[in-house]
Amino acid sequence: MSAASVNLHENSLDWRLPSRGRVGMYCLIAAEVAIFTIFVVAYLFYLGKSTAGPQPKDVLHVPIFYTVCLLSSSLTIHIAVRKLIAGKMAASAALWLLTIVLGVVFLYGTAREWIHLINDEGLTITTNLFGTTYYSLVGLHAFHVTMGLLALIAVAVFYFAAWLRREHAERLEILSMYWHFVDAVWVVVFTVVYLIGF
Amino acid sequence: MSTNTLTLSELSTRPLTLRLHEWVTTVDHKRLGILYILYALVFLALGGIEATIMRLQLIRPHNELVSPQVFNRMFTMHGTTMIFFVAMPLVFGFANYLVPLMIGARDMAFPRLNAFSFWMSALGGLFLYFSFFGGDGLYGAGSAPDVGWFAYAPLTAKTFSVGHSTDFWTLSLLSSGIGSIGTAINIITTILCMRCPGMTLGKMPLLVWLNLVMAGLVILAVSPLSAAQIMLVVDRYLGGHFFDTQAGGSAVIWMHFFWIFGHPEVYVLVLPAFAFASEIIPVFSRKAIFGYPVMVLATVAIGFIGMSVWAHHMFTIGMSAGANTFFVLSTMAIAVPTGIKIFNWLATMWGGRIRYATPMLFCVAFLFQFLVAGLTGVTLAVAPLNWQLGNSYYVVAHFHYVIVGGILFCIFAAFYYWFPKASGKLYSEALGKLHFWLFFIGFHLTFDFMHVPGILGMPRRIYTYEPGRGWDIWNLIVTIGVVFQAAGILVFAANLLWSYLRGKTAGNDPWDAWTLEWSTSSPPPVYNYAAVPNVRSRRPLWDLKHSEDPDWRYE
Repeated sequence: MSAASVNLHENSLDWRLPSRGRVGMYCLIAAEVAIFTIFVVAYLFYLGKSTAGPQPKDVLHVPIFYTVCLLSSSLTIHIAVRKLIAGKMAASAALWLLTIVLGVVFLYGTAREWIHLINDEGLTITTNLFGTTYYSLVGLHAFHVTMGLLALIAVAVFYFAAWLRREHAERLEILSMYWHFVDAVWVVVFTVVYLIGF
Repeated sequence: MSTNTLTLSELSTRPLTLRLHEWVTTVDHKRLGILYILYALVFLALGGIEATIMRLQLIRPHNELVSPQVFNRMFTMHGTTMIFFVAMPLVFGFANYLVPLMIGARDMAFPRLNAFSFWMSALGGLFLYFSFFGGDGLYGAGSAPDVGWFAYAPLTAKTFSVGHSTDFWTLSLLSSGIGSIGTAINIITTILCMRCPGMTLGKMPLLVWLNLVMAGLVILAVSPLSAAQIMLVVDRYLGGHFFDTQAGGSAVIWMHFFWIFGHPEVYVLVLPAFAFASEIIPVFSRKAIFGYPVMVLATVAIGFIGMSVWAHHMFTIGMSAGANTFFVLSTMAIAVPTGIKIFNWLATMWGGRIRYATPMLFCVAFLFQFLVAGLTGVTLAVAPLNWQLGNSYYVVAHFHYVIVGGILFCIFAAFYYWFPKASGKLYSEALGKLHFWLFFIGFHLTFDFMHVPGILGMPRRIYTYEPGRGWDIWNLIVTIGVVFQAAGILVFAANLLWSYLRGKTAGNDPWDAWTLEWSTSSPPPVYNYAAVPNVRSRRPLWDLKHSEDPDWRYE
């Protein structure tokens, strides 16, 4: 008895299932959301509970410029993929590079803020609960930006080696889903740290 | 069958190193499934030895077999091992092996991620057991972790846990957590994207449905655990204060974070057990499963409610009346979908032509034991009663009733049911029944009687006790049960080995079953199916064997 003899379904030619990459990425994003939720809850739970040291409103400055950079990188990566689908390789590559630059600028912003906090304000991860939760939450996000940037840079190499073709557009779309997620998380982190936490 | 013997003879002529190399580098879902299962069996032996040491220590009052320090390590290692390195790998091993076969797929959606996840989990187990050698660090501060399997703060703080034992515990859970999340992503993607033509969501075998919900729960539950472990690493290595009460941190928030993982984890383990029962009971009752759509709905309901009951582990900590009420009610609510499932299995057996082969024996025992476990669970869900019984041996007896009497019995059923498929050999029914009766007697001796000292006030995790409190005789009986359980496990191992080497050839379909995996050879070829199957009902092999009266006419 072989499965080949199982009746042929009349619709077997129309059999369509969702893309593996997309579903896999949605699952990864769901797992990441759960991880970030725990860190956000810890941040909110410990707001104002520090027994010593600086409070958020004493030392934080709202990073509007860097936030704008990161959020606009979502737009550039989206258009980059559209251009690739349209077959406009040069425009696509340029927008891809712009996305990377915007991501790097954002990381630079985080680095400057941390240097300022450590050197000028004396706030480190050991100082108080605010330091612990702030560096952990923002650091976790920065780590995800870094991972995303490494992937974006790998794709940039493929652009320049001319290995990238139109049929790879779906893979880039899946990568861009991750990047959008990283940006969306920043909206939450920004709200929690710089708006609610003030 | 001819292709099967060909591959086998090919395999056996190649040198051992080459064959081992193939297993280490494999990305095949069947081999990874078997690796998960073998790996879990090794840890089952380790965790069993730790349990035996504890039971021997408690056999009589004022026993001095092991020191209190060693006893603490034993219960920590036993709990951590059994949950993360026995139950989880068994669940993932069976899911890996069965899900692609049952949906008519060639492999999992991401085979390399699959291998990565397995080896991350394996690394976690190595970390945990390396602590016996490396936990000391430079402090001379003892070896294996001794903070309990839920590692409450501030026990895990550097001050109270010098040396590296807690670090090995954290690393091991983090690493196996990454593996679990990877496998969960893989299982969901496989089920949603790799089904063979005709297999709509409503025509998937129940095992596949239950594993889909299980994987969803892993993603939602193991991720918070990983986040909490990252925080613990920050506290221990970077000097953070997440769980440092001296600096305003909270010990209770660790409990919340741990149990947000810890309770859904119970459903992560029990849903696959339900999945095995849902496949085995119909086949040995010769009836289709009763109420398929209701079973699916009940499963999804368990998944949802299971995410909102965690703090019933924390009644004794002292929460607000509102929180207590919410968690009492949500915990009781989860008994409803679970009860629906029990009724559906009974209704499947009702009027069926039941064959009590070994897998069915284990499933029937599971039904009654799981019912009892659920009922003691409802008693523990009542907050005032929980204040009385919490942290006593009553709790230990309850959750072992769930995990051993419910989950492990179903896993044994699954071992016997799919052993012919995976090995190509029939197991010995006589040894199987011996295993069942030994283990059944041992289980009831140990865990029925364990409730009593709990009600009489014996707290868990004490290394010895005073005579004359009425606990002595119960502890003696509980320990005697271990002998039967250990004997049962030995018979089980002997059966697997003997049948693998000497067993009769099984053929494709020894149970006259109805799901796709029984249509391919035993063991299945690397490619699973020579031609992609097409299905029209939930029991494609029934349709094939009974073309005059196929299921799809009625579904």
